[in-house]
Order: sequence, then structure tokens, then C-alpha cells
Amino acid sequence: MKLEVQNLSAGYGGKLVIDGVKLFVRKGSVVTLLGANGCGKSTLLKVIGRVLRPKQGEVLLDGKQVSAYPTAELARQLAILPQLHHASGELTVEELVALGRYPHRSLRLYCSRSDRECIDRAIAMTRLELLRKRRMSTLSGGERQRAWIAMTLAQEPKMLLLDEPTTFLDVCCQFEIIEMVRQLNRECGITVVMVLHDLNLAAGCSDEIVMVKDRKIYCAGPPREVMTPEILRAVFEIESRVTWDENNIPYCIATGSARGVQK
Amino acid sequence: MKEVKQQLRTTAGRLSVNVFLLLLLVAAILASLRYGALKLSLSELLQILWDRPAGMAYQIICNIRLPRILLGALVGAALATSGAILQGVMRNPLAAPGIIGISAGGGLAGILVMLALPQWSMLLVPAAFGGALATAVLIYLLAWKRGVNPVRLILAGVAVSAMLGALSSAILLFHAEKAGGVLDFSIGSLAARGWLQVNAVWLYILGGITAAAFLSDKLNILALGDEVATGLGLKVERTRFMLLAVAALLAAAAVSVAGLLGFVGLIAPHIVRLAIGSDYRFLLPASALFGGVMVVACDSVGRLALPPGELPVGIIMALLGPPFFLWLLRSHSYEA
Repeated sequence: MKLEVQNLSAGYGGKLVIDGVKLFVRKGSVVTLLGANGCGKSTLLKVIGRVLRPKQGEVLLDGKQVSAYPTAELARQLAILPQLHHASGELTVEELVALGRYPHRSLRLYCSRSDRECIDRAIAMTRLELLRKRRMSTLSGGERQRAWIAMTLAQEPKMLLLDEPTTFLDVCCQFEIIEMVRQLNRECGITVVMVLHDLNLAAGCSDEIVMVKDRKIYCAGPPREVMTPEILRAVFEIESRVTWDENNIPYCIATGSARGVQK
Repeated sequence: MKEVKQQLRTTAGRLSVNVFLLLLLVAAILASLRYGALKLSLSELLQILWDRPAGMAYQIICNIRLPRILLGALVGAALATSGAILQGVMRNPLAAPGIIGISAGGGLAGILVMLALPQWSMLLVPAAFGGALATAVLIYLLAWKRGVNPVRLILAGVAVSAMLGALSSAILLFHAEKAGGVLDFSIGSLAARGWLQVNAVWLYILGGITAAAFLSDKLNILALGDEVATGLGLKVERTRFMLLAVAALLAAAAVSVAGLLGFVGLIAPHIVRLAIGSDYRFLLPASALFGGVMVVACDSVGRLALPPGELPVGIIMALLGPPFFLWLLRSHSYEA
């Protein structure tokens, strides 16, 4: 599913958090939004996922305005996992994942056999088989995040929006989540747009990186092109060294703050 | 024990718990009908209910005990369902109609109508509903600042509740003879209630519980948070308002006939949740049934404890409820 964002502005109250943003996401790609705290990347993700209404501009999914989709129909195309989510600790993994079928069963109160199969698939893809009867309150951070991602997979979306899916997780869990996302992208053809904070994690898994700065897109392109010391200095105000590994994937070592240094 | 607990969380287990609670409610009603100044065996009781013979026993059973007990079951069911809905909508385990001021708002509106338009008793529940719903919306708006913060919501509710309760008490003190006792109202009582009160509320309460059952699936989604719920295609604001309206209607109907009966709305849903988990499709009917059991049982104890006098159900509920609840809370790993 391809995504186009045209001249988008949004914010809270009278304040604009993103202003005149243009963005294009190719079908089947993994795109990561990067930027400093408060630059507007989460807000952009929320507007794309119609959790927040734009003040101006359009979001087009496969050429059709998001606002023109009936809400249940859109939920079958597009799943969003916000940064903060809440579930009763008494809910089991399986029950949480089953709630992801909601947009597909609309008026039916209960899951059909095909719903069940889809729930089983989502649980298998996130490797939660052994935990499916466990209550959410008994899971570790990484397991919990996998359960939430499984819930969005049960939605069978063509596009998945993830807001900081690896925050608060240890390094191993971070890789687990990211590898899982890549696998979903490759095997199920799900287009992924996500917000990350870790530059090297983003460079390793993204087809394209979008740098967000001061309410606007600063630049966008393949990791190799946008992970440069100059761009990182402008976007994050850091001094850094950038090198490439054998697969031509850039990785950066931040060497200090560039705040207050004359450019 | 652990296996039993897992069994209860399957669909079959949850349905069985609902059936069990239904049987428990019927048993509690029958047991309560048997005892009082006139004591009857179960067969005598069933015979009276079946044959309806003229006489004292029939009068006592069918026109004094039965309506009061049925009213207790209805009120308990209404308050427990209302509490369960509010806990889900507000994503707060402390939410209950008695705590966040919905009962107090409904009570105040009801008292005003009773005093100003005593001949329009059929307006009582609608007026209380208006007051309860207005209070719910007011608290929601007070707590709103880029989304609802659960702590701010409870604080706003407690403050508004205290104020509205004080207004009701003040009004009642000056009109005690017309509106029933202040104590009766502020503690919650079923003393001297009859078919008149049952007729006034049963339709609202059963209607409200039915509506809640139809919305239970959406409540499961809403409890995940506004953003996740929107992402799943739920019309969040509309659903939340409908659920708040149902919760307000149920609390209003209860307060109109039983006063500010507290506690059952807070703990009945938690006790049920301990057993079957928080899937609202099963939790709402089970809460309703268990709330009914709690009120019927506590009212019976209050009726029988100190003959020939009696204690209001609100006092018994507040005496017996907390220890039982605290024991449950300590003995389970429980996260609302």
C-alpha cells in the first residue's frame, strides 16, 4: 500500500507541531522517521493513522483520502501501534490479539473460525505460542510489545505504523522486534512506517529514512544518503563519525553535542 | 487451584460462572423470602408463590418481601453494571458511580424533582438520569486536558461528588418529612420499598443492562486506550458517550429508589474480574448478577440482624464488603 502526504499541518490547540509536510512512501517499503524529541515525528505518524485530525492537507492511501474511508474499512487496511497503550493486566495475550479482529467482525460479538486462524497466525509470527495463555501483567517488556504487535497483525493490515516500538527494551529485544518487523515486511508485504530513536537500528532495517526537524521534513532517502555527519549535525545537533559495514549499511558513532557550536 | 483459575478464563468457564451466579441470585432471593418475623420452609414458600392463597402469609411474602428483594436485586445489578462500565470507559479501577459523583448528581436532580413536582413521580428517574449524565460529562470535561488523565478524573469526581452530596443533604434536612430521611438517602436503604418503586425502575434497569451487553464488545476495544481504539476502527467519542449514558441511566435508576448506596458499584466488578478476567462481554452480565446477589444478601442481613428493628442495607454493605474485598485483593495477584 502506498502512502502520500501532501502539505500536511497538524498540532494541538492553536500550536502547530507539523507544518506543511510532504512525504511519499513506496508500496512494500520500510520507512523510518528520525528526529530530535518534540520535532513532530510522532504527531506525523498519528495524523497518518487518523488518530489525530490534520488542520490542513491530505493523507492519501493508494490514492484515496484517509478521511474518505469508513473507519472500519480503514482499520482493515492500516494498523497503528501508539507509543503509549493500555491494557488490563488481567487480559491474556490471546485475548489481546483477538481484539485485533474487531474491524473484521464488526457486528459479530464472537470470533469465527477464520478469525481464529488469523489470531493463530499472528501469534505464530510473533513467536508467542508458549505465552498465549499468559496474562499481560506477567510478561516482560519485550514480550508485551510482541503481543501488541501481534494484535495489529490480527488486523491483517497492508500498512503498519509503529511509534517507537523498541523504546524501553533491552538491546536483544530491540533487535528481535526490528527483525520481526522486517520479516513481516518481506513475507507478508506489509508496508511499514515507524518512529525510532536509535540511528543505527534505523539504518540497518529501513529502505528509506526520513529526517524530521522543526515541524518539517529535513530530508529523506536511503540510509546511505541521509546518514551523513552534516545531516546528523543539522537534525540532531551532534558531532559524529559515519562508516559503512560490508553490506554498505552506514553506522554512526556520536562523538559529542554540537549544540552551541557555530556552523 | 491454578488450573481451576485457567479453566474459568475459557469461554465455557466464563459462561458457567454466569450461569452459577444466576442460580446464586435465585437462591439468595428464595432464601431471603423465607426469613423474617414470619419464617417459612422452602416448600411452604413455593406453595404460597404458586397458589397465591389469600391471607397474611401471602401479603407478607408477595407484597412486602418480594418487591423489596427484587428491588434490591435490580439496584445491585444496576450499580455493579454501572461501575464495571465506568471502570472500562475511564480506564480506572477506582471508578464507580458512588465515587465519581454520578450517583450524587442523579440523587440531587431526583430530590429536586421530588420536592418541586411531587405529583410527577414518573419524572423521577428521567430527572435523575439527566443529573447523572450531566455530572458524568462535567467530570469528564473537568479532567480533560489533551486526553483524560485517570488520576485527575477521580480527583475531579471525588470533589464534585462531595459537593453534590452536601447540597442534597442540606436540602433534605429542611424537607425531611417530604423526601424521606437524610440518613436513608445518604447511606442507601431499601426499607419500606414496595411494588411502586419496582415499577418505577425495572424497565430502565433491564433496558440499561441490555444496552450494556450490546456495547460490551466495544467497551473491550475502548479500554485499550483512545489511540489504539481509533486504530481498530472504533468511533471513540460516540462509543464513550453511549457507554457513559448507559452507566448514568443505571446509577440514576438505582439512586432514585435506594439512595446513595455505595460500594457495590466499586467492588462487585472487581470480585467478578478476579474470577473470570476483564472481557466485558462476560464481565458485564456477571457483575450485574453478582451485584444483585450482594445487595439482596446484605439487605437480608440488615433486615434480620436486630429484630424487631433493622439496619439499612448501605451500612451492612459497608461493614461486610470491605473485609471480604480486601481478603480477595491480598490473596490474588491482581491487576485491574
